[in-house]
Amino acid sequence: MTIDEIIKNISDRFQSKILNINKSSQKRAYLDIYPKDITEIARYIFKDMGFRFNTASGVDDFDALEILYHFSHDRSGIVISLRAMIKDRQDPHIDTITTITRSAWWIERELHELFGIEFNGNSDLRPLLLPDDWPKGVYPMRKDFPQPKRDSRR
Amino acid sequence: MSHKAAIPIGPYHPLQEEPEFYKLIVEGEKVVDVDVRIGYNHRGIEKISEAKSYDQSLFIVERICGICSSSHPIACAQAVEDIAKFEVPERALYIRTVCQELERLHSHMLWLGLAGHFLGYNTVFMWAWKYREPICDIFETVTGNRQNYAMHKIGGVRRDIEKEHIPYILKRLDEFTKQLNMLKGAVLDDPVLHERLKGVGVLTKEDAIDYSALGPTARASGIDIDVRRDYPYAAYDKIKWNVITLEEGDVFAKTVVRILEMFESVSIIRQCLDKMPQGPIDSNPKDIPPGEGIGQIEAPRGECFHYIKSDGTNSPMRHKIRAPTYMNFPTFRETVIGETISDAAIILAAIDPCYCCTERMLIVDDHDKQVMGVFELIRLSQEKTARIKDRYALS
Repeated sequence: MTIDEIIKNISDRFQSKILNINKSSQKRAYLDIYPKDITEIARYIFKDMGFRFNTASGVDDFDALEILYHFSHDRSGIVISLRAMIKDRQDPHIDTITTITRSAWWIERELHELFGIEFNGNSDLRPLLLPDDWPKGVYPMRKDFPQPKRDSRR
Repeated sequence: MSHKAAIPIGPYHPLQEEPEFYKLIVEGEKVVDVDVRIGYNHRGIEKISEAKSYDQSLFIVERICGICSSSHPIACAQAVEDIAKFEVPERALYIRTVCQELERLHSHMLWLGLAGHFLGYNTVFMWAWKYREPICDIFETVTGNRQNYAMHKIGGVRRDIEKEHIPYILKRLDEFTKQLNMLKGAVLDDPVLHERLKGVGVLTKEDAIDYSALGPTARASGIDIDVRRDYPYAAYDKIKWNVITLEEGDVFAKTVVRILEMFESVSIIRQCLDKMPQGPIDSNPKDIPPGEGIGQIEAPRGECFHYIKSDGTNSPMRHKIRAPTYMNFPTFRETVIGETISDAAIILAAIDPCYCCTERMLIVDDHDKQVMGVFELIRLSQEKTARIKDRYALS
């Protein structure tokens, strides 16, 4: 499969649910979607198209929290990233994809503690990386959390 | 008897490079549940990287892991090169390949030695770690360091492989291959190891796909994936080599995959040194435009994944790092549950996590309040091997 075939396959099936397609090279594409459609599209990509789940990365864009779900297709060497923008910074939530693949189990725990994103339907959101006594409501990977100080000797 | 006991493993031990905490719930000899708690080594590297320049980020990621200190910088450099579409000179690609394969050799050798120790084969432990030395010596010759090589940069590599060093590298590789052949025979022809490891800790193909397992862990379960072939990077597409895949999914298959991979690695290094073209080793890229990029490489344990988002400044806006063990770890739940405690140590070890965690174990049996330490668990494992050995001696 070429990247154009993959993009066509996904956009034909989901049509208006794909908001924007950014093909950055012959091996990479970023697809913008609504957060509410994530399980449906992820299920199709993982189960039906045979992609492997790489990981999800949260990004704090100042006005929104975005989650990028990276999937890769090992037979053709193509990585497709689904971008879900969560506008509500106060109470961000999105459906879990652990019902589709258990490989998302840890990354959802991580996104929950580092970005404060709630995953509907995931009952195991215990802290993964941060200590058990980490204060509630403090999310270190958000941009409003102070950056580590630069070394003054530079 | 339905006494359930919890076995806490970890989190700290002087030998550990990455502390983890496992809790095995056992019923008699049988493991019925596993829980894992990580984060004791969480240094916030992703956040620190956002405050560093791109060149400094490479040094930071190099220090994520002492064993993978070539994999992370290459993945990071590739992510930046993906954003800006930088070209890397061909000679640099070959040097990256050599570093990657040397790293695989010394990492697999390290693993083999520790696996031998856990099974009560201390000779294998001594041999493997001794035979790893030529690889560290080659690293010292090529990069100047045995660990943390500081070899890679965005757009190329920092040091060239000198022509006069190549005969020495080949000589040490010869030594290594001879010893590896001997070790391969000693491990694969041993009937005790067959009995001890075959059918133990099986990860089925379906589970491996569901957990998105990576590297040797996936390849031993019949999943034919290898970043080096599927997402060609460095010079792997210019070289002839094979992906080793086995179907069984047990600990023995994982061992065989790693041993056979080492022969492929030696062959790749030889071909690289032979084919390496002359030319520059660095394209000296300057500005990094806004955008996002992904770098994937095959680390010794599986795919290492870096995602970088750039806003056009000198520092990454977001730098996501996903090491292979992160995906391989949760497969424990499938492989350890239902097995006996004496097999737990080697199954936990079989995916090659940052490994010494299994060194520190404490068994608390709430039935008679008996407390056993780490050595007890290894002893259980070694005793099982000894029993099998005895049976072979008798028959």
